[in-house]
Amino acid sequence: MTDNKDVLVEFRDFGFKYNAQQEPTLFDIDLCVRRGEKILIAGPSGCGKSTLVHCINGLIPFSYRGEMTGSLKIAGKESRELDLFSISKTVGTVLQDTDAQFVGMTVAEDIAFALENACVIQDEMKKRVLRIAKTVNVQDHLHHAPGELSGGQKQRVSVAGVMVDDVDVLLFDEPLANLDPATGREAIELIDELQKETGAAVIIVEHRLEDVLWRHVDRVVLVSEGRIISDSDADTLLCLDLLSKAGIREPLYVQALKYAGVFLTPEKKPSDPALSCLDEKDREMVRQWFEASGKKDASKKKHSLLEVKDLCFSYEKRNRRVLDRISTAIYEGSMTAIVGTNGAGKSTFSKVICGFETCQSGEMYFDGIDLKDLSMKERAEHIGYVMQDPNHMISQTMIYDEVAFGLRNRAVPEDEIKSRVDDVLKVCGLYRMRNWPVSALSYGQKKRVTIASILVLRPKMLILDEPTAGQDYRHYTDIMEFLKSLRDQGITIVMITHDMHLMIEYADRAIVFSDGHIIADDEPARIITDAGIIKTASLRETSLYLLAKRCGIDDGTAFVKRFIACEREYRR
Amino acid sequence: MTNLFNYIERPSPIHRLTGATKLVCMLLWSFAAMVTYDTRFLLLLSLAGIALFFVGKIRLKDVSFMLGFTVVFLILNNILIYVFSPLHGTGIYGSCTYLTSWHGRYAPTAEQLFYQLNYVLKYSATIPVILLFVCTTDPSEFAASLNRIGVSYRISYSVSLALRYIPDVQQQYDEISKASQARGVEMSKKASLFRRLKAASNILIPLILSSMGRIETIANAMELRGFGKQKKRTWYMARKFRPADYSSMVVSFLLLVIAIMLNRINGGRFYNPF
Repeated sequence: MTDNKDVLVEFRDFGFKYNAQQEPTLFDIDLCVRRGEKILIAGPSGCGKSTLVHCINGLIPFSYRGEMTGSLKIAGKESRELDLFSISKTVGTVLQDTDAQFVGMTVAEDIAFALENACVIQDEMKKRVLRIAKTVNVQDHLHHAPGELSGGQKQRVSVAGVMVDDVDVLLFDEPLANLDPATGREAIELIDELQKETGAAVIIVEHRLEDVLWRHVDRVVLVSEGRIISDSDADTLLCLDLLSKAGIREPLYVQALKYAGVFLTPEKKPSDPALSCLDEKDREMVRQWFEASGKKDASKKKHSLLEVKDLCFSYEKRNRRVLDRISTAIYEGSMTAIVGTNGAGKSTFSKVICGFETCQSGEMYFDGIDLKDLSMKERAEHIGYVMQDPNHMISQTMIYDEVAFGLRNRAVPEDEIKSRVDDVLKVCGLYRMRNWPVSALSYGQKKRVTIASILVLRPKMLILDEPTAGQDYRHYTDIMEFLKSLRDQGITIVMITHDMHLMIEYADRAIVFSDGHIIADDEPARIITDAGIIKTASLRETSLYLLAKRCGIDDGTAFVKRFIACEREYRR
Repeated sequence: MTNLFNYIERPSPIHRLTGATKLVCMLLWSFAAMVTYDTRFLLLLSLAGIALFFVGKIRLKDVSFMLGFTVVFLILNNILIYVFSPLHGTGIYGSCTYLTSWHGRYAPTAEQLFYQLNYVLKYSATIPVILLFVCTTDPSEFAASLNRIGVSYRISYSVSLALRYIPDVQQQYDEISKASQARGVEMSKKASLFRRLKAASNILIPLILSSMGRIETIANAMELRGFGKQKKRTWYMARKFRPADYSSMVVSFLLLVIAIMLNRINGGRFYNPF
């Protein structure tokens, strides 16, 4: 059955240990990828999937040193006997951070980069660049600089840059990490089209399962603690409970079906986002589950903690306004999500509030205090700001010192510092590592350190820029539950996010930014089911809404709310 | 934000020259202005440089920042020359013509003023062409140009990547500084200079760490796409030399030859009217 010519990547009894580490990162890997296949490799952070990526694209063993056991063949040849350059002719890698992988000054040059390195003559190069640019639909931007492109376009260029080599395997390392919901969906569609067009094998490494399953994948390989724990088609996997055990989130509609007591079998094709194979009995069960819900939460009395009136801001006088007459209020003890496309003004809004940027006009009051009278440092005692990139916030070498930093700057006595830091570290799940250097942590762990370092100051309000970016489901839940417990202690939480799951599950309110304006301000369940807002703000409708429609439930908003209530109940 | 490479795209004969030509011409022109102090020649170069500015369709306000910076530097430089060696001119030209009845050490002499005029002319002969090079050379072509005049492509590419990342790093520094100020690091004038320096050095750590991360990613990205494998590489943006390129380089070369010849004729680097 195995036709050797079609096997492009083949792991046999493979293991890998980094030189810098005591324990191997990968064990007993057996995996085979054939021409024309589309495979999703999923797993929680730290499970070894990045290492697996490096093995496939040759960075292991040629850039990262370590000990390989067993066999890994790329296009039939043992990878350790090849070199990075020849592997790159077979495997094209689209890295997670598309900004960083942009090496050309313009789109055209970036696409041409591999050709330039292979000494292709200019005329030939121009032809091939144009052809590939047309395939990924960036031909109108050939002479633009990377900074002028949107996130989705950047990714298209990155894909073009590896496709130009006519590779047999396209390897996507967390392609959805930096994209807004709608663009993420487009990326998945693009990958699907390209695969059909080129017939290449596609390997997607991603922990956002539901988003990837928007288009069919042949197999899902589940990695946990350095081992492959499942390698099957998506339908089979979704019927089991391996995913939640491994710390990967199931698609929301699958969860809803399970709550409703629907018994899933591979024949019902649960991986199909259109849910075309549900039978009438299943739909009836969902309807019953929906109607069984009852209580409405009583609306609490609201006291506005932060009030903003007619806020205007632009980076340079002549430029367009990034914030155009923004007026809103954040209520005490609430958990608010701010959503919208990249560049809609979400991050700028929070920077203006924290005093990182000075607004041109408008008023800001925090608990009755005029924020304009306060310096950046003084504002930080009221409003804590957690930046998206943890590397931008960490300045100390040791974790303990990093968390204690803000308190030491405020001359808090050392014994009080110790108890406060220890508390926060425990809450953030970092206590065990308190004496570790920060550099030993993963990206997600660093993120938690930065949240800890702000929390330790006990601000009344916390603004988090993408609090769960790059986190797998388990850490996502940890962080969000943690934030929720803080909210229950009375801290007001504002989250800037692209994550629709986060918004509907945790926020009690969502403010939608678009092009410097607030275009909606409502309950998340209502926003996520409003087609107009979804389109303008580049959000993505939830699969729950589709499930509701499929089951003949008209009130999608109420269905989403029912699900969230059930989710919360379940967590408790 | 002022970008170091302030490329301004406009259709002009100078923009149409290849980057390599412009680099070579700029170097030759600057050498020519450097080797001689001949007033007539420097004056010619200055006027020609200014004329080229118009040919290249670069407006004064496009380069106002850089120009302002140079003018301030030039004035400072001249004052210092006058303060530290007010008799330099008389030494060079071998005569001493006082312009006032007062004959002290700092009394103005025609020779000193003439020397300093030449000094200013040297600047005005070089600065326009350097600015012109900066404003009319597409950054994309810069690496290719360096490579063309014989610099290894690995080094050329690193230089142009470094130039490209300068604005990013500036922006990052700014963000990090604000985040740490919010955490209570005092960086305003309220804190002592020592504390401020210490705080600034604290910012450098995350900046360096995140830059290292970036370098690793970009190095991987480049390696994965075959950078550094071959001895040579081709350039997407490379352009063929056209007659205008050759003639510009010949003219620039002639200028250098004239400068060297003038040194012979004048019997030294200085033209002496006294």
